[in-house]
Amino acid sequence: MSEPRPVIPVIVWPGSNDDRDAQLALERLGAESPRIWHTDEELPRETAAVVLPGGFSYGDYLRCGAIARFSPVLRAVEAFAADGGLVLGICNGFQILTEAGLLPGALRPNASLSFVCRDVALQVERTDTPFTSRCVEGQALTIPVKHGDGCWFADDELLAELDANGQLVLRYAAGANPNGAVADVAGVLNAGGNVFGLMPHPEHAVDSLLGSDDGALILGSLVDAARLSLTAAV
Amino acid sequence: MRATVLVRPKPGILDPQGQAVESSLRHLGFEVSDARVGRLVDVDLATDDKVEALAQIERMCEQLLTNPLIESYEIELGEA
Repeated sequence: MSEPRPVIPVIVWPGSNDDRDAQLALERLGAESPRIWHTDEELPRETAAVVLPGGFSYGDYLRCGAIARFSPVLRAVEAFAADGGLVLGICNGFQILTEAGLLPGALRPNASLSFVCRDVALQVERTDTPFTSRCVEGQALTIPVKHGDGCWFADDELLAELDANGQLVLRYAAGANPNGAVADVAGVLNAGGNVFGLMPHPEHAVDSLLGSDDGALILGSLVDAARLSLTAAV
Repeated sequence: MRATVLVRPKPGILDPQGQAVESSLRHLGFEVSDARVGRLVDVDLATDDKVEALAQIERMCEQLLTNPLIESYEIELGEA
């Protein structure tokens, strides 16, 4: 018997440009991933997880993600997340989730003021999350980044709180921070443990032909968790 | 009524744009320190009532124009 294919929609805004890569990667990893337009007010009924892809939603005017957070589909994503639904934001998707208040912190222009586009070394801090379960603790991953505004910021008080809660799940390896992010943070989990955002692009690293398939560990973890929620609901 | 919102990176927030501007000013021979770069938003409001205008702009700042985690703002009201 083949395993059930969980439905993991990928949201598309005007200016999204990684939605097809995310769709392709998720479908290769065993999910069903329809692309959902930003004006849709509802997610498909069978939705087991949602992915907010990279790109430049609505041109990223004002601040990255600041305008996309008001799109109709995000009301549905917020409701889904509030019910404990799994939400993954990649790059611009991460920026949108922070602007929407679904994830802590904010993303600022890179300290270098330059757009960075290259593979980076990462370290997995926790594996007991729906987004990193296929990794081993302390595992080194190589996944590309490509962004101009990836400098994650939290003030000292918030940072200490997130650290104590174990929400700083993914960090750039020592010396590999590409953007000046506080505490080398590359990916953050919400307090509920069901919403995760990261600047690196796992969907661009799912085939060793492209240099690394470490991204499949992140997306594969999500597919596993989504499939689990599916069987739990039956 | 015309409103102007001045948005600034909060103190302590790394401001690479400000640093680049400061460095360029120094290269030009100006003795400056701690340059910071923010944003200015001008907007025409339908109301001419100052209290109402301020209340509206405050809501705009909270909802969209600023991110309170990293930015502070100042409001100026003038003639349209």
